[in-house]
Amino acid sequence: MTLDEFVAKFAEEFDETPAEEFKAETVFKDLDEWGSLTALSIISMVDEEYDKRVTGADFRSVSTIEELYNLVESK
Amino acid sequence: MAYNPFSLEGKTILITGASSGIGRGIAVECSKIGAKLVISGRNEKRLQDTLSQLQGEGHLALQADLSTQEGVDALVEQCPPINGFVPCAGIPKMQSVKHINRNDLEEIVWINQEVPILLTTELLKKKKLQKKSSIVFIASLSGIFVANMGESLYSTTKAAISGFAKGAALELAAQGTRVNTICPGLVPTSILEMSNEVFSEEQLMESTKGKYPLRRLGRPEDMAYAAIYLLSDASDWVTGINMKVDGGYSLL
Repeated sequence: MTLDEFVAKFAEEFDETPAEEFKAETVFKDLDEWGSLTALSIISMVDEEYDKRVTGADFRSVSTIEELYNLVESK
Repeated sequence: MAYNPFSLEGKTILITGASSGIGRGIAVECSKIGAKLVISGRNEKRLQDTLSQLQGEGHLALQADLSTQEGVDALVEQCPPINGFVPCAGIPKMQSVKHINRNDLEEIVWINQEVPILLTTELLKKKKLQKKSSIVFIASLSGIFVANMGESLYSTTKAAISGFAKGAALELAAQGTRVNTICPGLVPTSILEMSNEVFSEEQLMESTKGKYPLRRLGRPEDMAYAAIYLLSDASDWVTGINMKVDGGYSLL
């Protein structure tokens, strides 16, 4: 999956935030909609797309969508 | 002997999921108040740890893998006659509604819902449950009293168990057997597991702060004392109830 595709998949998990607000450099934890439900959805998305587990520690270790992408790709 | 209407002297109690958490807590406290325990769990070593914590003599540990029907049947086969049954084996599952898939659904329904029901049925068919027995299911606040983000699957199974308990309570009343559930609030033994490691323990503690009027999270002993009441003759006229043990969480 390319970075752009990952950003698009990431954006799809949000219902309120407009898709155009999601960029590779977006600090996702600053989004109003970021919370337990969206975190769960991202975990499920990564599981479905990559068959990989993202943990709470992973979320804490990154701040932008690109950093999360790189972390997932490296797993 | 001192007056104690909650004594479990002379009663043999089967507890599944006794190798950790709430199951272990209930087993240990029941042994302290006189019960003979038949404990089962998947992990042999942790089950032996629980066995070593039990007070008194004559307890039995039965390693059981309840992920299959064969495992369920084998446990019932090995089980001696009992006066109480507390199925505690269960799994959490954090999943948003739009990501539910059939595998996750089938897995949690099997462990949390079908296994306790099938064990009850088999224990009855094989005449392992004596007359005037007590069955205590571990349900949850979730699905019966409240809802929490990401817990729709878990809630489904716990609400189902509550429904089954009422039906069984009605049918088994003729033989004096009582069927009730305990609905725990958050007990931190399972806190990290429940969260699927999405959040740190500190974050979860922070997020639950102020939500428990009695100002702490639950302990396995809190559930054990409720189980002792429901297993003892003190609750001889109590059947078909969902007993909340939640520090007041559901009041808010």
